[in-house]
Amino acid sequence: MREIQYRDALNEAFDEELARDENVVLMGEEVAQYNGAYKVTKGLWEKWGDKRVVDTPISEAGFIGMGIGASMLGVRPVMELMFWSFHSVAFDQLVNNAACCRYMSGGLINVPIVMRGPANGGTNVGATHSHTPEGLFAAFPGLKVCSPATPADAKGLMKTAIRDNDPVYVMENTTLYGIKGHVPDPADGDFTIPLGKADIKREGSDISLIAHGASVLRALEAAEILEKEHGISAEVVDLRSIRPLDQDAIIKSVKKTNKACLVDESKPFCGVSAQITTLIQEYAFDYLDAPIKRVCTIDAPAIYSPHVEPHQLPNAERIVKQVLTIA
Amino acid sequence: MSLPELKPAMETSASPLDFASSPINKSLSSEEKVEHYRQMERIRRFEQAALKNYQKDGTMGGFLHLYIGQESLAVGAASLMGEHDHMITAYRCHAHALAVGMDMNECMAELYGKATGCSKGKGGSMHFFAPDKNFWGGHGIVAGQTPLGLGLGYGLKYKGLEGSSLCFLGDGAVNQGAFHESLNIAALFGIPVVYIIENNGYSMGTSQKRSSAFKDCLAQRADGYDMDWDVVNGEDFYEVRAKVNIAMERARKESKPTILEINTYRYYGHSVADANHKVYRSPEEINKYKKDHDPINLWRQRLIQEGILTDEQANEIGKAAKQEAAEATKFAEESPAPTIESITDDVYWEVDNDTEASKIGRHFFND
Repeated sequence: MREIQYRDALNEAFDEELARDENVVLMGEEVAQYNGAYKVTKGLWEKWGDKRVVDTPISEAGFIGMGIGASMLGVRPVMELMFWSFHSVAFDQLVNNAACCRYMSGGLINVPIVMRGPANGGTNVGATHSHTPEGLFAAFPGLKVCSPATPADAKGLMKTAIRDNDPVYVMENTTLYGIKGHVPDPADGDFTIPLGKADIKREGSDISLIAHGASVLRALEAAEILEKEHGISAEVVDLRSIRPLDQDAIIKSVKKTNKACLVDESKPFCGVSAQITTLIQEYAFDYLDAPIKRVCTIDAPAIYSPHVEPHQLPNAERIVKQVLTIA
Repeated sequence: MSLPELKPAMETSASPLDFASSPINKSLSSEEKVEHYRQMERIRRFEQAALKNYQKDGTMGGFLHLYIGQESLAVGAASLMGEHDHMITAYRCHAHALAVGMDMNECMAELYGKATGCSKGKGGSMHFFAPDKNFWGGHGIVAGQTPLGLGLGYGLKYKGLEGSSLCFLGDGAVNQGAFHESLNIAALFGIPVVYIIENNGYSMGTSQKRSSAFKDCLAQRADGYDMDWDVVNGEDFYEVRAKVNIAMERARKESKPTILEINTYRYYGHSVADANHKVYRSPEEINKYKKDHDPINLWRQRLIQEGILTDEQANEIGKAAKQEAAEATKFAEESPAPTIESITDDVYWEVDNDTEASKIGRHFFND
């Protein structure tokens, strides 16, 4: 199997879907002639041209609403937010028009859009550029949300998201774009990963570390330390998909290990981990040997200082410390 | 050929000769002209019935934004629509729905929140939709639909279809950021969208003068985007058709956008809940419009003048429309409400269509 970067895995996904379906259009700021602010769409404008890869002005509400309207006529826009943090200037389009038009029409309309971009902290870009709104959007019925942690997951989920006939919001990560991983060769066939399916990234028996996105890598780092230095066998469950959610995988893991520590880059209040906590206590209450613990981003706007931000985010050290409180 | 003078009692600011001779109007048959009269009457009577029903207990909830007084705009625009022309508007949408051919029954039932409503009772007054008639709603957030209208135009252009997107908005919506973003993109990309500002002089309770900074009119803002624009006298049905048609042709043939500002008036408040509409407006102003500028009366007079409609026939049309609205009320009253089970239908296309994707992972998180 070949190893490619997360950004190149996404690039392959776009290229394959642009070839497969003439209705697919990439849209966003700098996606075309600039080759993408983070080079995720590199080379695609050159190959596919102005019609299929579209540079938009800095008008998130405008071009996102445009994409939603176009999707009602059968266009399938794959729209980029240069940072998911910019969701706030297009919030009405994202949670009213995308999420509710189907419902308010009694099912006459569907909105097959993909909204994608990096949702992460850890790059010292300050509070307004470091939001992780997956929990926020998963709270709106009508939307789907996923958060791939590896190149293969990124490619597989992106292709599925593009083919899905509902709005799918894909949370990428600038700190993951450069990470390499095994991705199946296109020559071996069409590779997709369904929404709603988690992945056990590391098997274990003593505690379930449940995470998504970059937090999966932090959890894996913590699992290594827990094994080597504390003899604790941690299972790492990568959610991959937030909504729909693979509840079965979560419950199966917790029933096996009897302990859970959730790792979530959101701030503590109402992040994805808060929702999972309530599901675990509801469906695996009698299997728990300890309270469910969480490691989230420390509860303040994202700090700039490079000396401190790595500590504000979930990291292996904080995960290990939290696990030891219930081990 | 010059028309005989209008009766003095109907002094109006419409110019009777200018737009009747426009090709798009000259090509209208007598039957079509009378049909347009009928459509305006149907809308008026539906709205009147809706108002009456709203004031009874246990019929409707929520908001009711009536179109009474503005009928010529929706009917005029809809009368110009071809296979690839699409329409979208805000929450004052009953007229547009009826104008594109939706049923009074399904519309009244939707107001009553019944399962037989056009949105299965899930949308209500602000959310009538009919994709099969190229009508895309019915939207509640002021100017929220303006990027959607842009998108409909984008979709037409993308698919290589010769058509236009008619995106209606009120005079209150022109100050929303999303509208400005849409205008910029429409002009920059060359999108076949026609923005139709239904200017009734008030955004909710606030007059245009107190809401908007403008030089001569609101549509003039198009100049800033190097976009075509025009102002239309909404009470003149011929003028509405002539000028909307020019904009639609510009969209269809050149893929260029237009802003049209159509001056009109609503006889009732912003919504039925608006208790102040005779406070922020004078009763004299309202009555003047009703007496001298009512678009239905003016069109009626025009057709009588042209010798293709009699007072008697017009009265019959009104009566039939009233009867149709009464039957729609009965239909709504007798229809069942949605079931509780149906609350989670129509959320996800994949789930509603029972696809493979819908069977993987938990989609709903009810207790």
